[in-house]
Amino acid sequence: MTSSTVDQTPGRQKGFGGTLLTLLAWLIGITMFFPILWVVLTALKTEQTAFSMTPSFIFSPTLDSFKSALAQGSGYWHYAINSVITALGSTLVGLALAIPAAYAMAFYPSKRTDFTLVWMVSTKFIPAVGVLIPVFLVYRSLGLLDTRLGLTMLFTSMNLPIMVWMVYSYFRDIPVDIVEAASIDGASTTQTMFRVILPLALPGLASTGLLALILAWNESFWSLTMTDYHAATLAVYTASFKSGEGLFWARLSAASVMTIAPIVVLGWFAQRQMVRGLTFGAVK
Amino acid sequence: MSAPPSNASPKRRAPTKRLMAPSVLFLLVWMIVPLAMTLYYSLQDYNLMMPDMRGFAGFLSYELLFTDPVFWDALLNTLLLVATCLLVTVVAGLALALLFNRTFVGRGIARTLAISPFFVMPVVTGLIWKYMLLDPVYGLFSWVMRSMGFEPVQWLSSYPLLSVVMMISWEWTPFALLILLTGLQSLPEDQLEAVRLDGANRWQEFRHIVLPHLGQVLYVVIMLESIFFLTSFAEIYATTSGGPGTATTNLPYYIYLGAFFQYDIGLSSAAAIGAVVLANICAIFLIRFVAGNLNAGSQR
Repeated sequence: MTSSTVDQTPGRQKGFGGTLLTLLAWLIGITMFFPILWVVLTALKTEQTAFSMTPSFIFSPTLDSFKSALAQGSGYWHYAINSVITALGSTLVGLALAIPAAYAMAFYPSKRTDFTLVWMVSTKFIPAVGVLIPVFLVYRSLGLLDTRLGLTMLFTSMNLPIMVWMVYSYFRDIPVDIVEAASIDGASTTQTMFRVILPLALPGLASTGLLALILAWNESFWSLTMTDYHAATLAVYTASFKSGEGLFWARLSAASVMTIAPIVVLGWFAQRQMVRGLTFGAVK
Repeated sequence: MSAPPSNASPKRRAPTKRLMAPSVLFLLVWMIVPLAMTLYYSLQDYNLMMPDMRGFAGFLSYELLFTDPVFWDALLNTLLLVATCLLVTVVAGLALALLFNRTFVGRGIARTLAISPFFVMPVVTGLIWKYMLLDPVYGLFSWVMRSMGFEPVQWLSSYPLLSVVMMISWEWTPFALLILLTGLQSLPEDQLEAVRLDGANRWQEFRHIVLPHLGQVLYVVIMLESIFFLTSFAEIYATTSGGPGTATTNLPYYIYLGAFFQYDIGLSSAAAIGAVVLANICAIFLIRFVAGNLNAGSQR
C-alpha cells in the first residue's frame, strides 16, 4: 500500500466520486420515499386514472377522493377521533406512570431499582400474542372489549417499558447534585420533580411522548383484535379496505394519506431526539 | 461490580417505592397476570365453542401443537422472517448510514425522505405494497417489468414470504439507518485522523474504528428490531392473510387464527407460550446488555 492511495482522506473527497455518492444518496432517499409519494399522487387522481395499467405521473389533480373519504358515512372521523383519543390518552397515562418510576430509578438507584428497571424492560419480551387470549377473555367479561378505555390501557402497557427506559436515560444525564441541592434547600420530592427535574428533561420527555404517540397511533394488533366499531381506530378503518376494494384505489389512497400524514410529519420532527433515549444514551 | 449503596443521595430519601408502584402494578396487571393465565390456559382443554367440556389437560395442547405441521411452518416462517429482515435492514441500514454520514447538498431533506417509511402505519404499508406496487396487473412493479419487456411477477402468490420481507425491510431499514447514523456522527474525528495518518485504507478504517465504535449501537438495533419482527402481524394481516396456504403464517398470525377462528384457547395458549419463549431467548441477550449498561452507569 503506497502512501498516495492514503492521501485521499477517505470520506471527504470532492469531485466526481463525491458527486456520484451525493446523487446515490438522493436517489436512495427518493426511492425509499417513493411509495409514500405514490399514494399521495394516487389520492389526487380520479378513480379511472388511479386504476390503470399504465401509471400516469402527469395528470390534473383532484380532491374528489379526499372529499369522498371524508364524506359523511365514510366514518373517517369516527375512527380518527378514536385514534386521537387512544394514542394521546395512552401517551399521557404512560408519561404519568413512567416519570415517577424513572425519577426514582435515576436519582435514587439501589440494587432493587436496577432489578425493577430490567424487569420492566423485559416485559417488552412478552409479545402481544402471549397475553392476547386472557386479555380478550377478561375484557369480554368486564365489558372492556371495543371500548376506548380498554384499548388505551393496552397501548399504555405496550409502550410503558420503552417510556420508562427512555425517560430514565434522559434523567441520567441530569447530575444528582442538582437533586441534592434542591433537597438541601428544603424542596420536597414533588417540588424537586416538578420545579427542577421536569423542566430540565423537557426535550427528552417530549421525544418520549412523541415516540409513544407514533407507536400507539400505528399500533394495529390490539386495535384489530380488541375493537369492532365503537373504539376502532384508523388502523381498523384502513384495514377494512384490504379486500374487494380494488376498484377504489384513489379513495383507499386518500384514506391512507389522511391516516399516515399526521404521524409521518410528527416523525420528521422527532427523528433525531428519539434515538438517544432509545439507545440508552449509547449514541449521543 | 454491584452499585455501591447510594447513601450519597439526599438525607430525606424519596419515597421510591411509591414512585415506582404505579408502573409496576400496571405492568403486573396488563402483562404478567395475563401471561400467567396464558400458561394456565395452555394446560387446559378449552374451546370457546364447547365451554362445558373444559378441564385440565396437562400437556395435551403442547403435544397437539408439536404434531401440528402448521405450527412448525409458522415457527419456521417466524424465524426466516426475523433472520432475513434483520440481515437486510442492518446491512442496508449500515450502508445507508455511511452514505448519509457525508456532508452533501440537501442532506437533511434526503435523510428525512429516507427515514419516512418508519412512520407509516403497518396496515397502510401492507395495502400500498399489495395494491399499488406488487399487484400483478396494475402494480407499479409490473408496469416497470412490462416496459422492460419482462413478464410481470405474481409477487404475493409466487413469492409471498419474500414480499412480506420486502415490506418489513422497507419499513425498518430507516430505523436502522437513523440509529446507526446518529452513532456514526458521535465517532470522534481525531481517532479517524490518527488511523489515516498511520496509513489505514478505507476498509481498515471501517473495520478497526467505525465498526467497533458502532458495536453497542448495532446491538440495540438488532435487539429492538427482533422484538418487533417477532411480532409482525399487520403487514401479513393486510396482504396475504397468512397464505397462500401457510406460506406467510408466522407465530402471531397462527395464534390469532387459533384463538379467533378455531376458538381453541388451549392450543393457542400453548403456541403463545412458544412465542414468549422464543422472544425470551432474544431477551437474555438484551438483558445482559441493559444490565451491563446499568453497572457502567452506576459509577457516575
